Parts: sequence; structure tokens; C-alpha cells
Amino acid sequence: MTLIALNNLTKKYPGVIANDDITFEVGKGEIHALLGENGAGKSTLVKMIYGLVQPDYGMMRLEGKGFTPSEPRTARLAGIAMVFQHFSLFEALTVAENIALGMENPPSSSILSDRITKVSYKYGLSLDPKRLVGDLSVGERQRVEIIRCLLQDPKLLIMDEPTSVLTPQEVDALFLTLRRLRDEGTSILYISHKLEEIKVLCERATILRRGKVIGTCIPKNETAKSMAEMMVGSKLKSPKKSKANFGAPILEVNNLSLKSSDPFGTALKNISFNLRAGEVMGVAGVAGNGQDELMLALSGEVLSGLNSIKLENKQIGQSNPIQRRLLGLLTAPEERLGHAAAPEMSLAENTLLSGFQRQKLGRRGFLNKPGAIAFAEKIVQQFDVRTPSVRNGAKSLSGGNLQKFVIGREILQNPKVFIVNQPTWGVDAAAAAFIRQALLELAEGGAGVLVISQDLDELMEISDSFMVLSEGQISTPRPAKGITIEAIGLMMGGTKVA
Amino acid sequence: MIRLEPRPDPSNIMIGLTPIFAVIATMIFGGMLFVFLGKNPVDAIRMIFWDPVFGEHAFYYRGQILVKAAPLIMIALGLSFGFRAGIWNIGAEGQFIMGAVIGGATGLALYPLDSFLVFPLMIVMGSIGGLLWALIPAYLKIKFNANEILVSLMLVYVAFNFLIGMVTGPLRNPDGFNFPESRSFQDFPSAHNPELWAGTGIHWGVLTTLGMVIFAYIAITRHIFGFNVRLAGQAPRAAKFAGVDPNKMIAICLGISGALAGMAGLFELTGPAGKLTTTFPVGYGFTAIIVAFLGRLHPIGILFAGLLLAITYVGGDIIQSQLSLPKASIQVFQGMLLFFLLAVDILVNFKIRIGKGISK
Repeated sequence: MTLIALNNLTKKYPGVIANDDITFEVGKGEIHALLGENGAGKSTLVKMIYGLVQPDYGMMRLEGKGFTPSEPRTARLAGIAMVFQHFSLFEALTVAENIALGMENPPSSSILSDRITKVSYKYGLSLDPKRLVGDLSVGERQRVEIIRCLLQDPKLLIMDEPTSVLTPQEVDALFLTLRRLRDEGTSILYISHKLEEIKVLCERATILRRGKVIGTCIPKNETAKSMAEMMVGSKLKSPKKSKANFGAPILEVNNLSLKSSDPFGTALKNISFNLRAGEVMGVAGVAGNGQDELMLALSGEVLSGLNSIKLENKQIGQSNPIQRRLLGLLTAPEERLGHAAAPEMSLAENTLLSGFQRQKLGRRGFLNKPGAIAFAEKIVQQFDVRTPSVRNGAKSLSGGNLQKFVIGREILQNPKVFIVNQPTWGVDAAAAAFIRQALLELAEGGAGVLVISQDLDELMEISDSFMVLSEGQISTPRPAKGITIEAIGLMMGGTKVA
Repeated sequence: MIRLEPRPDPSNIMIGLTPIFAVIATMIFGGMLFVFLGKNPVDAIRMIFWDPVFGEHAFYYRGQILVKAAPLIMIALGLSFGFRAGIWNIGAEGQFIMGAVIGGATGLALYPLDSFLVFPLMIVMGSIGGLLWALIPAYLKIKFNANEILVSLMLVYVAFNFLIGMVTGPLRNPDGFNFPESRSFQDFPSAHNPELWAGTGIHWGVLTTLGMVIFAYIAITRHIFGFNVRLAGQAPRAAKFAGVDPNKMIAICLGISGALAGMAGLFELTGPAGKLTTTFPVGYGFTAIIVAFLGRLHPIGILFAGLLLAITYVGGDIIQSQLSLPKASIQVFQGMLLFFLLAVDILVNFKIRIGKGISK
């Protein structure tokens, strides 16, 4: 039986058709996957269902009746709930207060707390209504968002990339909850890049490419590779790893301890490890366990004890990012727009962020604009960045293209040590494969590469050795060979760090 | 239905056109204001914008325009660096006063020394006076994260009272019959900033301002410093990534704006004003904020915006004397200009669409 049917939905934005004649349906009590690369039109589509965006053309039917939500409130009243990828929670408020804020007519706090406890018990989402959201892990915060939705008794629950921030054990728990919801008749529209998960969880999948429906498949009968190829529209090749050949330790971190500048951040505690030349070292861990703090300490945006970081035996703990770059330590932070690149500036100008000194894009402080343009063009060409021109603003690029630009900008400067945080987060499959290949080639050329990532599949694919960052502490590195995802998952969950 | 639709990229045409729209809107609504005041709006607008440049007595007014534009432009240039970097120095008026008092006091201490070094020394001391006054909010912001808008603004009133204290105390003219004012710099040739060519209004401050426009233009468009200023304003975290120290940026930007405001104060004191009095500050430091934004924080834009505002100052004098309108009416007029500029600014990033039509 059909719960919601979308017919010929079309939405145009200036210069781009976000959704072109989308038609498919989600059955009652079905977990339906929505697949597609970045920019394929998934978010526009779910925004239309949730009433955030109105279609230019086409119609929707919910349980056979015409459904045209003009705002999220109408959609919610009709039984549509959505868990966004980025949570909208206030860290300084409790779970119950956060949930009450999202309600039309919140009941008294004791009644609400009771209902939260009941729902959380029923669906196996343990959560204390009185705790401050700031003290919760990311997985627990997601539970707050899910419970907020469940309190409305939704007919359709939309989930946008729900597992990107969870440990494998948390993912299993989430799937149990989702299956229980399905068995009770709730439909779920599930958006994810993680094709293995979709095979396990979803009954059907609709695949979007460039705003159009390419087809519907039954994930159980497909392989992850075949679904990825449907999304991309071409054959994929997986990165090749050559035999490891490590040199001397090039980056040494000794007892690095740092308080976080963010009140809800994580302090780094006694972090020690060595990165060898030619090695790709993976740092696994759930977001919020000190990844950002580690990145800032290594890049020089936050200074630490002089002796705590050594690059080729030079003490650089007190060196600023420019000095570290000149010595050969280059970084690519997680947040592309706003941290690794300035959104309003052109790609050519963005080369100056990390390339001004090392690439000599200036003389006596005066900018060498032709040099910056030439360097940007070299990046665009060698890293297959799709943009009309290097004069276009960084924010006009899609996530994957901008990430290729950022990674290319650093790699083309021949780093001795390259540190990258979430290299392929939110990047489509083709671009992700390209970036991983580039990281492997960089290490083959003799550089040390440190990859901080939450994507375990990615780390298993490219790293030579492996550490876990949990609550600001790091585990002893292990060779990546022979380690299982389950074992890493247990280390990530904060159980005793070996 | 009228809707605003985001543009994919900011419109360069609108960046140039919006100041003109703002001026036109100000003329229309300012004209209405004059109607309510019982005056002929066309006459009033003509007296404000046309007469100072092309009217019967324009030969006199044109010099006045340069005299008033120079400090506005010099202060606005300094402010534009901080404004680009997201550092809001609202206290240029105070730095202007302190520059005049410190630089002026230096000259008065040397009276009646006859040396060509006196005037350059006063310029340096005036700049330092403004610089140090602006470094107070910088220090408090870096050390205690105190809001620089409030601190710099409050320091204006401190500076003003300091000025009053000085002209009624140590700096009072010993031969001045106890009037609260300093010795006149016209009577002190080595400290005087004279009109260089009679009738043109051009004095050393005007020439220095022109040099500063070129200097600022090069700094903002060709130099890594200007790049870092823009970067810090647009994407503070990206600036940190690039190695820009945010605290240094706060100190440098406030320092530059303070030094230029102080220098402008010194030129004003030794030239057009002539002596320190309790009525020495006339609001250049505040009007320069309008000039900086009207000129889109760009040195060339500021040059034109400063000239335009100077015209409204001179025009304001004309309507005061010829239509007997209150002085406040021209201040309202200038305020409207900033108001409309900020309002039409939305057209840079948004398009107006009328009707429910489907775009493209």
C-alpha cells in the first residue's frame, strides 16, 4: 500500500534544475532509500516533502489525498517528520527543554519527561530527559532529534545521513529502532551515502542523478559497487595501494595536552604518536572526541608546548601555521567553506591562503596575481575541479569539487607531512575515490599522511596504520592489516583504549 | 507578489549602482522632509547638491568642499580597514580630538620656536595621539574581549572632556583674556598649516589625503595585508588557517584608523580650525563612518563619498543661512543617506522578482 506518491515534481533554480520530473512512491511500513551524489537533488526533494520548498510543477499524494505543504508546520501536522543531518539543539538546555521548544503546544515538563522516557524505552533509545544536551555524545543528540519526531507519531520519517556521525555499535542500535518503527507501520525515507548500510536496512531504493530519477532497485539484489555506478553513471575504480615502504619518523607528537577553546569541546590528553615518511596513518573516532582540537594543534592554529610536536626533529609546538607550512607541514581542515577556503573569494584568491609563502605567490608582501591564477589553474586541471573559471567564488563550487580544490592546493605544494580531517565527508563517490587515490600517491612519494576520519571504510581502504581518538586520548597505533571493523568500533565507543 | 531571490554571485553592477540609488532616495525623502518644514523641496535640494559646486558662489564653496572632504576621507580610509576586517571603531571622533590635542600641545610647547621641523613633529605626535587612543579599545578587546564598539564610542566623550580640560587649563592662551581656547596657530608660522594656493582650499592635509587614497588603494588591492584584512572579515576561521593572528589584526586595524583620525585632527587644528576651542569637534569622526560605507569601503569610492558628504555639509550651511533651516535638518539628511544605503544594499545579493512567475 502506498503512503506517499510523488508525481512529476519539478523545481528549478536560476541556472539549474534541482528536480526534474521526479516520480516515485514510498509504501506504508517501508524503509525506502534515496540515493544520489551530492547535487543530485536529494535535499531539494525532501525539502519539498517537508514543506520547506514548494515545487514549481507536479503534485504529491499522501494516503491518496492531495498534499501540498506550504510550510513545515503543515507537513508535520500531516504526519511528516524529519531528522536533519545537522542538529538544531541548544547545548545549554536539557533534552526535555529542547524537545519542548520544537512543539506547538508543549505539555508541562513532568508530563513531557514521562512521555520522553516512555518513547525512549519503547524504541530502545535510552535517554535521560533531564540531561544537558551539551553533555551528550553525538549519537545521543541524534536520539533527541529522533524522539522529537516520534512524539508526533509520524507516518513518514525522513532521515538525512543519520549514520555519518555514529559508531558501528550506535548504527546497529539505530537500525533496531528503525526496524521496530517500520514493523509498526511507519514509513522511513532514508538518505545515505553508505551503500552497505542501505543493503542491510532498506527494502527499496530510488536513485537520483542530476535531478532525475534514474531507477528504483532492490538493494539486497545489488552490490555497493553497482549502486554507486548507478549514482555516478559510470564505472568506478577503487584506489590502488602499493606496497608500504616507510622511512624515518617525520612527525613526532609527544605528550600533547591542550584544553579546548570551545566550552563544549574536548581537551587533548597526552597524545603521543610518530608518523613515518611514506605512511598513511588513519585516526578513527566519532566526531567530538577531539578531532578538531587535534587538527588545530597540528596545523598551528592553536599553539602547544614547544616540545610536543616535532617535524623532522625541529620543535614546532610554538610555530604558527605559516612557519609550519614553510617547513613542509600542510593541512586541510574539515570545514571546506569558511575554514579551508573563503566562500566569497575566487579560487585564485583562495590559493593565497596556504600558498602565499610556500608557493612564492608574492614578493615583499605584494600579491603576484598572475602567479595565483596560474597556480589555481594548475590545481583545477590536475585535480579535475569542475568550474567555469578560477575567478569563480569558492562557494559556487559543489562540495566535492571544492574539496578536490582544497586537497589539490595542498598536495601540489609537495608537503612533507599532510594532515587532513574528513577528506571525503559529504563528497560523492567519484570525487572520494579520486581524493583517496591522491592521498595514496602522496604517501608513495615519501610524504607522511595523517587522515582523521569518521568513515571506517575509508580508513580501512587507505591507511597503513590505525589509531583511535576517544575522549581526547589516542590509542597506540596498530597496523591496519587484520584489524576488524568491530574491534575498531569497540575502541571508538570509549571502552578501554588499548 | 514581490519576492527577493538570492543571486548566485554578488552583482558587480549593483555594487556600483546602489550608492546612486541611495542618493536618489535620500533626495526624494529629504525633499519630503523639507516640504514638512514648509520649504520648497526643489530649491533646498538644489542648494544642497548643486549650488556648492556650480552655483553663483561656487568659486568660494569649492574650496570649502575640499577643506571638509579631506578629514572625512582620511578618517574613512582608516576606518575602512577595520570595517572590512569586522572590527568596528566607532570612536574616530575621539581619536580625531586626541590627535589634535596631543599634536597641538606639542606645537604649543615649542612656541615660538622657528624651525621647519615643528610642523612635521606635530603631525607625528598627532598621529601617535590618535593611535594610542585607539589602542585602548584594542587592548581591552584582546585582553578581556570587551566590545570595541562601546569602548571606542565611550572614549569619544572622555576625549571631549579632556579637550575641555586642556583648553580651560594648561593649553589656554596666556594672552587670551581667559577665553577657553588655545593660542592661534596662524600666529605661529612654523606650526601653521596654511592654504597653499589662495582660494583653492588646498592645505597640506588635502595633499596628504590624496596620497593616502593611493596608498590605501595599493594596500587593499595589491598587498597581502589588504588580502588578510578582507579574509579576516569574510571568513575569520579561514584567516586563522592562513596564519593571520586575529589579535594582531585587531591592534593593527584599530591602530591605523586611530593614527589617520589623529592626523586628520592635527591638520584640521593647524589649518581650517586655527586653534583649540571647546567647539573644535564638529562630527567628522562620525560622518566618516557614513563616508566609509557610502564608498563601499573602497579607497576610490571613499574619495567620491567624502566629496559628496562634504558637498552636503557646505550645502547644509547654505540652506541654514538662506532658508533658515535648523542645522539638525542636514544631519537628518546625512543620516538618511546611510539608512538608504544600508537598505538598498540588499540588491547586491538579491534580485527583486514581481509576481509568482517561474524563474528561467
